[in-house]
Amino acid sequence: MARSSFVYVIYISATSERVWRALLDGEFTRRYWGHDNVSDWQPGSTWEHRRADNTHAVRLVGEVIESNPPHRLVITWAEPKDKVHRSRHSRVAFEIEPVGDMVRLTVTHDELEAGSEMEQNIKNGWPRVLSSMKSLLETGRPLETWAS
Amino acid sequence: MDADRVFKALADASRRRLIDILNAHDGQTLSDLCVHHDMTRQAVTQHLNILEAAGLVVTVWRGREKLHFLNPVPLQEIYDRWIRKFERSRLKAIHDLKRRLEGTHDG
Repeated sequence: MARSSFVYVIYISATSERVWRALLDGEFTRRYWGHDNVSDWQPGSTWEHRRADNTHAVRLVGEVIESNPPHRLVITWAEPKDKVHRSRHSRVAFEIEPVGDMVRLTVTHDELEAGSEMEQNIKNGWPRVLSSMKSLLETGRPLETWAS
Repeated sequence: MDADRVFKALADASRRRLIDILNAHDGQTLSDLCVHHDMTRQAVTQHLNILEAAGLVVTVWRGREKLHFLNPVPLQEIYDRWIRKFERSRLKAIHDLKRRLEGTHDG
């Protein structure tokens, strides 16, 4: 099966600690992403991406591979039905580096199945999610159309 | 995002073509990208440098290969800043129509 990779970079005027929290803390993620990211974020633990409405529907699952706050987080990423099928998980690495008074957040999403619906969803999704996160951290307001 | 750099990077047909090529197939080497162009390797390198300086291309080393990835985030930021607000009235009209058709008034 062909695998594809994508790399996204965004500069955010915030501290590394705030960006780290914005990735992991459901209180933050529900505001700019419309979902709660839920885990204890210890290597080996699972994480879930749950819709931030009354259904709390689990949309994504995965495992925490590496966690070095507030610099580097590596997780696997899959549809809930593939939770136990580890070979079907893709992989996301978040790297946070200070650059002057900003931070550079690099999201590398690889081991995606080429041509899959998940690949298309993440291609459409990451730029919007990251742009919305930046907006929330810098202005206090997420992008208004995101949560719909 | 440096908007001037992004707009200048986009103001060239060869660079827009490189963006399209990377969008269709991400993570290519310089040699891969030269196949698509009737340009010298040096010219493609210069275009890639301009795209990279604008944040539209990110390079990653995998072993001995330098791979070029499209970073669409600055385009999203331009969309959010320059395009979305002009769509608002149209989106509101669609939203109002939807509410009327569904017969609800609580949003």
